[in-house]
Amino acid sequence: MEILEEKKNKNRPYEPILEGIPDWPVYQLSKNRKEFIETVTRKSLERIKQLRPTRKQLIDEIEATAYREQNRIKRNRWRVDPKDDSKFWSGIKNDLVELSSKNQEETGAKEDEILERIVNRYANEIAGNFKPNSYRVTREVIKFFFQRLLNGARVKKFGAFFRNQYTLRDKIQIVGKVGMLRKLAKQGTVVMVPTHFSNLDSILIGWVIHSCGLPAFIYGAGLNLFNIKIFAYFMNSLGAYKVDRRKKNLPYLETLKMYSNIAIQKGAHSLFFPGGTRSRSGLIEKQLKLGLLSTAIEAQRNLYLENQHEEVRKIFIVPVTLNYNFVLEAPDLIEDYLHVKGKDKYFPEQDKYGSWQLIRFLFKFFTKGSNISVSIGPGLDVLGNFVNEDGQSIDSHGRIIDTKDYFISNSNITTDKQREDEYTRMLSNRIVKEYHRINRVFASHIAAFVAFEMWQKKFPKLDLFSLLRLPEEDLEIEYAEFRETFKRVRKRIYELKGEGKVYHATHLKGKADKVIKLGIENVGIFHLNRPLLLNKKGNIITKDLTVLYYYHNRLVGYDLEQHI
Amino acid sequence: MTLSSISEKPIGVIGAGNFGTVIANILAIHSKVLLYARDERVVSQIRDKRENRGYPIHQNIEATHDLAHLARTCDIIFPMVPSAHFRTMMRQLSPYLHPYHILIHGTKGFDITLPPGQTIEEIPKLTRNQVKTMSEVIQEESVVVRVGCLAGPNLAKELAQRQPGATVVASHFNEVIQVGKRLLRNDRFQVYENNDIVGVEIAGVLKNIIAIASGALSGLGYGENAKGLLISRGAVEMVYLGRALGGDLKAFLGVAGIGDLVTTCNSPMSRNFTVGYRLAKGEKLNDILADMSEIAEGINTVRIAKKCADHYKVRALITDRLYKVLFEGMTVEEALEFLMRYPLNVDIDFL
Repeated sequence: MEILEEKKNKNRPYEPILEGIPDWPVYQLSKNRKEFIETVTRKSLERIKQLRPTRKQLIDEIEATAYREQNRIKRNRWRVDPKDDSKFWSGIKNDLVELSSKNQEETGAKEDEILERIVNRYANEIAGNFKPNSYRVTREVIKFFFQRLLNGARVKKFGAFFRNQYTLRDKIQIVGKVGMLRKLAKQGTVVMVPTHFSNLDSILIGWVIHSCGLPAFIYGAGLNLFNIKIFAYFMNSLGAYKVDRRKKNLPYLETLKMYSNIAIQKGAHSLFFPGGTRSRSGLIEKQLKLGLLSTAIEAQRNLYLENQHEEVRKIFIVPVTLNYNFVLEAPDLIEDYLHVKGKDKYFPEQDKYGSWQLIRFLFKFFTKGSNISVSIGPGLDVLGNFVNEDGQSIDSHGRIIDTKDYFISNSNITTDKQREDEYTRMLSNRIVKEYHRINRVFASHIAAFVAFEMWQKKFPKLDLFSLLRLPEEDLEIEYAEFRETFKRVRKRIYELKGEGKVYHATHLKGKADKVIKLGIENVGIFHLNRPLLLNKKGNIITKDLTVLYYYHNRLVGYDLEQHI
Repeated sequence: MTLSSISEKPIGVIGAGNFGTVIANILAIHSKVLLYARDERVVSQIRDKRENRGYPIHQNIEATHDLAHLARTCDIIFPMVPSAHFRTMMRQLSPYLHPYHILIHGTKGFDITLPPGQTIEEIPKLTRNQVKTMSEVIQEESVVVRVGCLAGPNLAKELAQRQPGATVVASHFNEVIQVGKRLLRNDRFQVYENNDIVGVEIAGVLKNIIAIASGALSGLGYGENAKGLLISRGAVEMVYLGRALGGDLKAFLGVAGIGDLVTTCNSPMSRNFTVGYRLAKGEKLNDILADMSEIAEGINTVRIAKKCADHYKVRALITDRLYKVLFEGMTVEEALEFLMRYPLNVDIDFL
């Protein structure tokens, strides 16, 4: 199989921007872990009591929480859950019964005490545990392991296993505003917000951050990932904190947001996937989860509020897109998506991929080609304005804006929850726009898009579900016809790039036949049933239209349909 | 925040037309006001004679010709400029604005961006990408995000006489709505809240179309039955068009929708009504426009709404006929006859 030829990476490895690990904010955070958790607990309690001001509301909230938690334990138990989970919650339940049978004079502030126990437990659960030694080991292990694999597979000579001709940087291209990211990370606090397609994203981003010379970021990683042992090991050592999507109760959500908020205020560079979960459809995220995003805005406002007369550490939002030819979980993700879309009902998250499948995939990935690229977007302030390399916010006319002014009413910095909710919505729209702009189009994306759209056009009367039910044997596209359409769409991509609306990989240029070949060979390259193939006549066929639909979705949102 | 702390800084009003002057007078009840006029003669007239367009000027109002000064002095600004000049005004104002500014506008018209040298009729289609409400223009041209709008049955003359009236302040930001309420509200002027700013803006713009039609019916000498018919069907048409342009149904049923529609359709004082009235009397559009002192927003709105209705495939019969009357030489009688014969009689199909 031919390997995708990318322009050789000219960048040498980046020097770390901070000398030793002890200088890293994430290290400082974990060194003072106990104190930090106490702060989070205290502030979360304050917030929850603001939201539920009366005793009755508070008790109702705790009761609802306990009820849901016991339900979760009964219905949806995970390996990572603490052993004493059910004991803890039945304890809470007993205390609640006692509480409701007595009146306020007798119980005093008992409900506060119960809530504190819950919040403290949550804060401990969420908190990451960054260990410098284990971080170093992990980093070296990953690098060594990947590098050996890569060279062993690519350089076909005896002893190639120990050569350093290829590095991970050739396999995973980092493009975009790396220099700016490094500068911003020195002056302020970076909140990186990548698109989310695969469980592998977390590890990939961890590596990207390291190889850009940045200190470890704190991550909001889905707790389900910690079920997979190999992931759990990596994440614990990379500064991850845990986000449990099963817990939707108010005390948990507020504690989680407070954790992120305070960590950002303390200057810990952070990372979260604002889509909330992997994109089920393969579409680039259009709707973001506003909860965690709002913590960046809140943290920035608080910094301004508490340091009115000093320089304030600015918070920078950096959108990132991950561009794959292949997503390991694609068949299951798209099935989930269609299931929900077709029936409009919820069903629980499950992960079928254990450590073994993952290692197998990694092995294939490193031995067989199929590159990944990571596009780093420009820095934004918390309102979504572009910033320059000195971290100053710039408006669309190139004038400098003081971000503080967004929080000022009548000459004072003020706290206004509704205003910040609105700002969060604006920021979210901005990030979505940036995703589409920095997205890097591969030949395989165009091939998938063109093929699926052509089939759709051939059956204009069928809705999506009927189309997907067509027997795959009936589907075939003449190569010549495909080639013409491919070229039209590619041309439109070039135009869009000229307008600054998208990027594309360098391998897109050149003879159409060659690019199409690359594209078809790489769409979902490791799936058992390949979404695109050439048959003996040289025409385009598919073995899995549903998965093709998934890969096709990557290019939805650019109005390319009209060029089919 | 107390009332006294708001009134420390003066409130800015941009535009000394009828509505701008009257709003400045209402604001001046609670606060100091800085009123900007484009024309220097108007500024000196306000300073010397304390009078503008026949309205006396409140003692708390100071006139200015300096936008930079206005933006530096005021945190809260009410732009009251016709839609045709709105973007130009925003471009002049923009360099002096900061994110702490709050802008609440009172302009009932659309802004359109066309390729150079082309007219609405020449371009193949008109979409929401080219048609903007004033709040969108503010956000495109400046760093201001806390934007609101005023809309409702607000005939300048009646407001000036302190007759009872009401307005809607719409914004995505509660802060803006509350500021607008505190500044404008008095014993003769009620202020309602709405957070669908785009819906409220669109309702205020589209009602001008129906107002022209109402004037035309009056000009033909028809009575109240005809008017009731027009207003109810006009409201339905506004909902169709408004939804296509991104407004929510609710805005059209409120003070800024039905409220404003009924008022304007019954008001021979309104400019849009006058245009329709004189058309029905057989005058030509150009002659009518030649002797009007202020712009009738409705005429341009008809052109824009018709083109948009074509693109979004919205059934907008009144707008369509009115367009033919205004620009294609159809008579008002012919348009009316068409509407009366149209074979559609579902009353309401959007609830």
